[in-house]
Amino acid sequence: MANDPIHQFQISRWVPIEIGGLDFSFTNSSAFMVATVVAAGGFLYLSTASRGLVPSRMQSVAEMSYEFVANMLRDAAGSQGMRFFPLVFSLFMFVLFANLFGMFPYFFTVTSHIIVTFALALLVIGTVIVYGFMKHGFGFLKLFVPEGVPGILVPLVVAIEVISFLSRPISLSVRLFANMLAGHITLKVFAGFVTSLGAMGAIGIGGAILPLAMTVALTGLEFLVAFLQAYVFAVLTCMYLNDALHPGH
Amino acid sequence: MSERPGDTGNRTPGQDRDAGGREDDLDRRRKELDAAILARRPAAGEKDRADGSSGMAGIGNALKLSSEFIAGIVVGAAIGWIIDRLAGTSPFGLVVFLLLGFGAGVLNALRSAGLITQAGIRSSGKDEGGSGRK
Repeated sequence: MANDPIHQFQISRWVPIEIGGLDFSFTNSSAFMVATVVAAGGFLYLSTASRGLVPSRMQSVAEMSYEFVANMLRDAAGSQGMRFFPLVFSLFMFVLFANLFGMFPYFFTVTSHIIVTFALALLVIGTVIVYGFMKHGFGFLKLFVPEGVPGILVPLVVAIEVISFLSRPISLSVRLFANMLAGHITLKVFAGFVTSLGAMGAIGIGGAILPLAMTVALTGLEFLVAFLQAYVFAVLTCMYLNDALHPGH
Repeated sequence: MSERPGDTGNRTPGQDRDAGGREDDLDRRRKELDAAILARRPAAGEKDRADGSSGMAGIGNALKLSSEFIAGIVVGAAIGWIIDRLAGTSPFGLVVFLLLGFGAGVLNALRSAGLITQAGIRSSGKDEGGSGRK
């Protein structure tokens, strides 16, 4: 187990539940998802509970995260896009807290499983499609027909645009999942070098300094990645929602 | 690509272009379009370029572009395969849609890198195709 970098991603059933032959077990993944939601919700609730006009430290962190997402959404989708603020903010906080939770030793990283990130991406794309058709009807399909394309090329361009649209949830989910998975595996492998080199005596301990320094640096990088990926996920969500609000302009 | 607006800026001040008013007009329109694209480019692209130039953060950039590209191909292949399964046209659906998927993947990657504007922005300048030709 000590040298198996994949072991940390194993799902284990904590409370086996089976309904109609389907597995609904409460797993370690579910537990950490609940913990993520509780932590994010609890943080925002408690930090804004005092409602000081002059914010305390925690309150200003909460206000900063609000402003951060609100500006992001307003830049990408205009003030009309603010109706999606609850969705984008929840997604951002969930991904951010899940990524940061994964940085605790022995904790499970929820976002390192593609099924979780893919479900989040499907939620985003589903919202875009449903809202786009609700608001614009079939005018939403103009999204796939760029202006100024010669008539002969239209079928080809439309096919490519449709495939490009359908590939969005995949690239969105794969990016988040791959970043978290790769980061955690790299971290584990380098940390594994430290122990295996350290077991080799005096020379080994001297040599173990290099991977140890690398592990420290990687840990810092992983915190950056955890934040950056939550940011990228939220920004892309905003851009896709913009398509639902203004297809084809 | 980010140096393109500056690039045209260097070339345009050449005042000795009295010969072709059309050329001047084209230059002016291109400059306007570049400015419009630059103004409307999402902040994400600029941020990513700023910290994605070198070192470990470049890996993030590489991962981003490759995931965009691969996603296009995967979706194209999946659609082709499903069409083949349903219509029994194997292997032509897969062949055609794999190629279309390559096209979509390239489009995704270029868009993600900011080399092509987003779908919605394209119609902002009326110089059709000028933005997408690169």
